[in-house]
Amino acid sequence: MGVIHDNRWRLPKGIIMRRFILISVPYAWLLALFLVPFAIVIKISLSDTVIAIPPYAPTLDLAGGWAGIVAFFQGLDFETFEFLTSDDLYWKAYLSSLKIAVIATAITLAVGYPIAYGMTRVAPEWRPTLLMLVILPFWTSFLIRVYAWMGILGQDGLINQALLWLGVIDQPLTILNTPTAVYIGIVYTYLPFMILPIYSALEKLDDSLLEAAEDLGCSRFTTFWLVTWPLSRNGIIAGSFLVFIPTLGEFVIPSLLGGSKTLMIGKVLWEEFFSNRDWPVASAVAVILLLILIIPIILFQRNEQKQREAEG
Amino acid sequence: MAQVAAQKPVFAPWDDPKQAPLIQFKNVIKRFGDFVAIDDMTIDIYEREFFALLGPSGCGKTTMMRMLAGFERPTEGQILLGGQDIDAIPPNKRSVNMMFQSYALFPHLSVWENIAFGLKRQKLPKEQIDERVNEMLRLTRLSKFAKRKPHQISGGQRQRVALARSLARAPKLLLLDEPLGALDKKLRQETQFELMDIQEKTGTTFVIVTHDQEEAMTVASRVAVMDEGVMVQVDTPAKIYEAPNSVYVADFIGDVNIIEGRAKQISDQVNIAWAEGQPSIVGTSTETTFAPDEKIYFAIRPEKVSISAEKPEDTPNAFQGTILDIAYLGNISTYYVRIPSGQTIKAQTANTRRLSRRNFTWEDKVWVSFTTTAGVCLRE
Amino acid sequence: MRRLSWFNATSLSLGFAFLYLPMIILIIYSFNASKLVTVWAGFSTKWYGELFRNEAFLDAAWVTIRVAVMSSTLATILGTMAAYVLVRAGRFYGRTLFSGMIYAPLVMPEVITGLSLLLLFIGIGLDRGVVTIVLAHTTFSMCYVSVVVSSRLVTFDRSLEEAAQDLGCTPMESFRLVTLPIIAPAVLSGWLLAFTLSLDDLVIASFASGPSSTTLPIKIYSAVRLGVSPEINALSTIMIGIVTVGVVTASIMTKRAAVKQMRDEQAAERAGE
Repeated sequence: MGVIHDNRWRLPKGIIMRRFILISVPYAWLLALFLVPFAIVIKISLSDTVIAIPPYAPTLDLAGGWAGIVAFFQGLDFETFEFLTSDDLYWKAYLSSLKIAVIATAITLAVGYPIAYGMTRVAPEWRPTLLMLVILPFWTSFLIRVYAWMGILGQDGLINQALLWLGVIDQPLTILNTPTAVYIGIVYTYLPFMILPIYSALEKLDDSLLEAAEDLGCSRFTTFWLVTWPLSRNGIIAGSFLVFIPTLGEFVIPSLLGGSKTLMIGKVLWEEFFSNRDWPVASAVAVILLLILIIPIILFQRNEQKQREAEG
Repeated sequence: MAQVAAQKPVFAPWDDPKQAPLIQFKNVIKRFGDFVAIDDMTIDIYEREFFALLGPSGCGKTTMMRMLAGFERPTEGQILLGGQDIDAIPPNKRSVNMMFQSYALFPHLSVWENIAFGLKRQKLPKEQIDERVNEMLRLTRLSKFAKRKPHQISGGQRQRVALARSLARAPKLLLLDEPLGALDKKLRQETQFELMDIQEKTGTTFVIVTHDQEEAMTVASRVAVMDEGVMVQVDTPAKIYEAPNSVYVADFIGDVNIIEGRAKQISDQVNIAWAEGQPSIVGTSTETTFAPDEKIYFAIRPEKVSISAEKPEDTPNAFQGTILDIAYLGNISTYYVRIPSGQTIKAQTANTRRLSRRNFTWEDKVWVSFTTTAGVCLRE
Repeated sequence: MRRLSWFNATSLSLGFAFLYLPMIILIIYSFNASKLVTVWAGFSTKWYGELFRNEAFLDAAWVTIRVAVMSSTLATILGTMAAYVLVRAGRFYGRTLFSGMIYAPLVMPEVITGLSLLLLFIGIGLDRGVVTIVLAHTTFSMCYVSVVVSSRLVTFDRSLEEAAQDLGCTPMESFRLVTLPIIAPAVLSGWLLAFTLSLDDLVIASFASGPSSTTLPIKIYSAVRLGVSPEINALSTIMIGIVTVGVVTASIMTKRAAVKQMRDEQAAERAGE
């Protein structure tokens, strides 16, 4: 004659209430301010441009009752998306952004990895200081750091001045307002995002693995290539995603350093919205950008999840 | 005139029908998904007991403790504390306190504040709290360290803070989860006696979880040997050692010879056929009756087996063998004697003479012998 | 067996030089009496004076600070709740969506988040101003806070909470008296991170702000689109200076605390019983 407990329902009401509030408050916030806005973007991408406030139609007039809702859905169409495919500008901008993002990520990796690696070879008492030196730019304003390059890369900027003075060139180079400036800007501002995950992965590497490799006959280079490099993969992947995904939709850098010659989709979106006042097109651009990014974002989240699970 | 020796009262509330138990488990079952951690457990624990839950990892002892503390709830069955079903009572409202294995001292609070923590939750007046904390500090000899933080004191001192903190509220029941595991051997032994002392002084009921059988045997008034969610035997340390009820218990505690054979029982005496060409072992079994030719296990502790060069007179169990190995442990030696039919019997003697004058050495032919009541006959 | 090869040393020096030279150059030029980058006209602090006389900049700075304080505080509360949910709540309906929504803003291009929020505000008829910027900043900052706090919660020793409850705390009390004080450093870092992100944000603020609520980054951007400006150099130097002082102080304090902790522990063990 046993007493059976159904643990779920016997929980005091207080605990269930508390748990509900704890989960629902941030959840509701994110639904309202993150998910719903995306739905609206999609909706507007399916609308037409009109000269009105707001500058799109149809708008959802709930006062119109069920008929109003039906009319609303009938007013939506894929016209804007067709427009995007017809005009050269857009798909060229997507491709250009992809190209720039990929190349910039690769350069950032090439520059950031040796720095992260060097940091792990330094005596332990110096590492917190170096870490602090990497983090400091991260806390400094992004905008200011990009702006700093304007004064360096311009026609009468520091680099040109130095090269002219040294006699290496006799005409100032055009660096500002070209894709090159954009690459420099991206690598510069995103470098800490690449260094930190790689440093963290390398730091966890057990010295005895490297010693074992050398004991078994590897040269310093082979040890690096066969042991260190593969084991730092997680850091490389995390760092690359942290650079690639935001770079794809980057606005500030191409705007300040890229000039009209550099085509990036983030700039296109901004201009469609602010300069052309064409909200449906801006929204459609955003939707397609999001579609392109969904796969990398999901891969990034999966990688983070695996990392967290692996660490216990 | 003969003097009658004063009888020290024996502490055995479990034998006293007038005593009501403090804790009662009634057919408690605890499942985690498909895994049965506690299997239909019914046990009574009495006030002022020092009750030990002993067993290997995974046997369910920690689960039992957590159910008493309130961090787990039984899937079926009831747990009563002082006659009251505690299932609906959350851990913060039970008069049960726990000393955690990792000590769980609050790193951001001083020793004083750690100990006072539970008292503050009871909303006692300040003077009472101060008095009680000082009392606890004196009891655990930590008065000098009251203002320090946990990271500023040693491991042994942290253990005492954890103990003081858990006793501050004078709980009816104190649960100790492997309290001495992190201490080195010497410290552990000292602390064992301190714990027993404190338990007697405060009159609290202690339930201790441990995998160290020496510890359980030293401190406990009763030991529950557990295996896979079941209490195999619950008894005083002496009875557990001398009268194990199963091969599992006999083997778990201390060193033992387990001899397998076939039984032939005549009233209290059991003749066990155990080896080719050897006479039967003569044992005693008063409570269990073995069927003819039933499989039987004879358990005998090595220290109950005598070893001699000549065949002993008048001993019912005497067998000849060769010394296979000797384990010298300083104060005792264990001789591994091989019987011609293949079995090995361990005999243990104190080293009453110095090394150079020792009687036996490897390859010696010796006789091992023991009385009829020295071992226990077990069914399984 | 760590050896610092010449390759490592070179890459470190070049790397850090690359990271810091642009900022150092900016600082130097903020003291250039001449407006032009080409000419060094002598040391002068006049641009700092000009900066502090510029009403528009000071107003924008004030708006920016108010927004940053409000949004980071709100983001810290929401982010800590979200972290708790992620680490402790186990399985519940819609958990995958929840964790997707928490991690997505970390990598989402700002133009997309900015655009979507603006469309939301217009859709519900909310006038753009300080409130909308605060709402926008809170939304993306809470994700960063939750990452920082959840990584601390994961390593938090739960037996401390059990001990607190064993000694008489309700779950709320054990959070307030034990968990919170111990994870406080992580919560504080989360707040600082949210504060910095809000202070620096250009893109989302541009979408979410109204005519009367210009933030400092927006002002800076419109000024520099036209080219290098010495007032902006001065402003940049001030901002770099504040951040440097903050980061260095925090570093030193953390290091000192860690050293003291280790020394205390060693002394305690040696003193023994």
